[in-house]
Amino acid sequence: MSKDAIAKIMEKYAGGERDSLIPLLQEIQDVEGYLSRKQVEEIGKLLKLPTGKIYGVATFYNQFRFKPQGRYHVQVCRGTACHVKGSAAVLDAIEKDLNIKSGETDRKGDFSLEVVACIGACGLAPVISVNGEFHAGVIPKDIPRILNGYRDTEVQNEQNR
Amino acid sequence: MFKIEVNNRIIEAEAGETILSTLKRANIHVPTLCHMEGLLPTGACRLCVVEVEGMNGLIPSCSYPVREGLKIYTNSPRAVRARKTIIELLLANHPDDCLYCVRNKSCQLQDLAEEYGVRERRLSAEKNEYTIDQTSPSIVRDQAKCILCGKCVRVCEEIQNIGAIDFAGRGSKTVISTAFNENLNVSSCINCGQCILVCPTGALREKSYLKEVRDALSDPEKHVVVQHAPSISVTIAEEFGAKSGIDVDGMLVTAFRQIGFDRVFDTSFSADLTIMEEASELVHRITTGGKLPMMTSCSPGWIKYIEQSYPEMTDHLSTCKSPQQMLGAVIKSYYAEKHNIKPENIYSVSVMPCVAKKFEIQRPGMGENNIFDVDAVISTREAARLIKMYGIDFKNLPSGASDTPFGERTTAGKLFGGSGGVMEAALRTAYFMITGKEMESLKVEAVRGQEGIKEAKITIGKLEASVAVVNGIGNAEKLLEQIKGGRDDLAFIEVMTCPGGCIAGGGQPLNTDKDKIKSRLGALYKIDQTENVRVSHKNKDIKRLYDEYLGEPLGEKSHHLLHTHYMKREVLK
Repeated sequence: MSKDAIAKIMEKYAGGERDSLIPLLQEIQDVEGYLSRKQVEEIGKLLKLPTGKIYGVATFYNQFRFKPQGRYHVQVCRGTACHVKGSAAVLDAIEKDLNIKSGETDRKGDFSLEVVACIGACGLAPVISVNGEFHAGVIPKDIPRILNGYRDTEVQNEQNR
Repeated sequence: MFKIEVNNRIIEAEAGETILSTLKRANIHVPTLCHMEGLLPTGACRLCVVEVEGMNGLIPSCSYPVREGLKIYTNSPRAVRARKTIIELLLANHPDDCLYCVRNKSCQLQDLAEEYGVRERRLSAEKNEYTIDQTSPSIVRDQAKCILCGKCVRVCEEIQNIGAIDFAGRGSKTVISTAFNENLNVSSCINCGQCILVCPTGALREKSYLKEVRDALSDPEKHVVVQHAPSISVTIAEEFGAKSGIDVDGMLVTAFRQIGFDRVFDTSFSADLTIMEEASELVHRITTGGKLPMMTSCSPGWIKYIEQSYPEMTDHLSTCKSPQQMLGAVIKSYYAEKHNIKPENIYSVSVMPCVAKKFEIQRPGMGENNIFDVDAVISTREAARLIKMYGIDFKNLPSGASDTPFGERTTAGKLFGGSGGVMEAALRTAYFMITGKEMESLKVEAVRGQEGIKEAKITIGKLEASVAVVNGIGNAEKLLEQIKGGRDDLAFIEVMTCPGGCIAGGGQPLNTDKDKIKSRLGALYKIDQTENVRVSHKNKDIKRLYDEYLGEPLGEKSHHLLHTHYMKREVLK
């Protein structure tokens, strides 16, 4: 499925030049979940760009990843409002609970963690988002409860499979 | 032409040029760490800022076009203060181990700190932890000393068209990185070392083998021989403060002898040998319908490039080893036998203008049974360091001559040091091989000079051959694409990896620029003009080598010792 989708995207950008790079990376990441090394090399051939250049562009932006995300992708807002309301402590609590740092994925592939500049929900500060689901007014004490909720769902999903 | 006013002086300016180039012409110095002659300005370092009357901010002179009536102050208190602050900021997270740095006394950042009187660490920033990348046989990368001027990235991408490195990350975490932050040895780096030449600090340097060489020199068991490439004698004097374009061949030989090398050979001798083999191969390919155009194989950066980017075209490459490897091979065979020395006791050093030569000696097929053609390569810069270290008064040395049995070299071999030289030498000998006569005029003007791509039509007897000479990999790629696209008129192509050829190689003195390349080339042409033996096939020592040992060009022994093969290379490109 995703292979076809990627082939389609690559076809769409055939003959493209360097200005196609960012939209192409975005579309690939939407399908793959991250930018694999193999795909970056393919993109390099397609747009006639050195992989080092693509790596440089992709590392400039927070949105691009070179490792697969976890099944639950946790985004912690570190924008101004969230910062004032104590998001640093929230981030700390999440890193401790998951035992990973921002930008990493845990060993089982369940959780990945990302720090974002602003989620655009300052009224709910401090806010975190898990797979797009927002949790408002989070304090460090809430973290185990929130994350365990996803762990339970994952166990159920596992049993249903 | 119009006039502008600089520091209350009137100078001439030309429409379309930048303030910086106008100032340069008038010998008004403004510092810069990121400007590169011939490339578009990036305005990255901001050191070239000047004050322009009537304008609010300071103006980066490298990117601002001159116009009539400008009133410029290059050293106003404001401009000087801004520059000093920039230097202090660059130093804020820079290691202060200058004493131990390979660029001590040749560092542009150090020079500027001195010029602007930085006497204390006023600003201090958190230092990032970096590991030094030692994986390449040619180039060492020390990110901690990088000031992010971007010159290495630009020379790699815009001149060489390789793009092995680029800026990665953002803000204070920005680094110069290979793709996926991999080690340099698995990247598409072709080891040319042009990045070292442009690096203002010690962030990029050659992998040094001086310690190994000194260990061998002090080992009584070892018979230590040295060869020096054709271009070394016209560049190394610059390392001792001389102006560019001075040939110190004889002094260089004496210096090596005084250091304690048991034999001193000249790679120009084996350049003549390369010509005998390569011209024979060319004639053979032309007369038997072999793969054309044939391409030269002396430049190891170019070889790696074609192996990784055009593996389907490696059969165009001449199978000849480079002169360095050929001399290495005959030293450990013919010379060893003749003088009854065990090859394993010979330590063979070569002094090269090139850091890719350090990579070349490790290639498969460059030696056998754990006896390598060449044991260590040092650059021109390292050789100068070695000479200084041994306390040799270079400026007052008497002249010496190369040792037998490889004592003679022709000016054709010497020409190998510059772009077009291999072609010129090969044409002279190929002409003789085909017609039995010497060329009427040995000088082939069309292949000389610094032009990126040079082409010529040569009439050899009844044969009309088109040849091309390329320097800089970006230019080589253009030609390869033409050939891939069906161009079939060319018979022979010379490629040198570095712009200008070996005289501007990655191992040459720092601050190599177009003017210096011109005078270094001029020195080679002068040698060719003033000496008598100008064709490789008239080298008596070459004749003797074939008579006593090799037999004939392309013969069995030659094939075994002097030729090699190529492979497809997988790299992250």
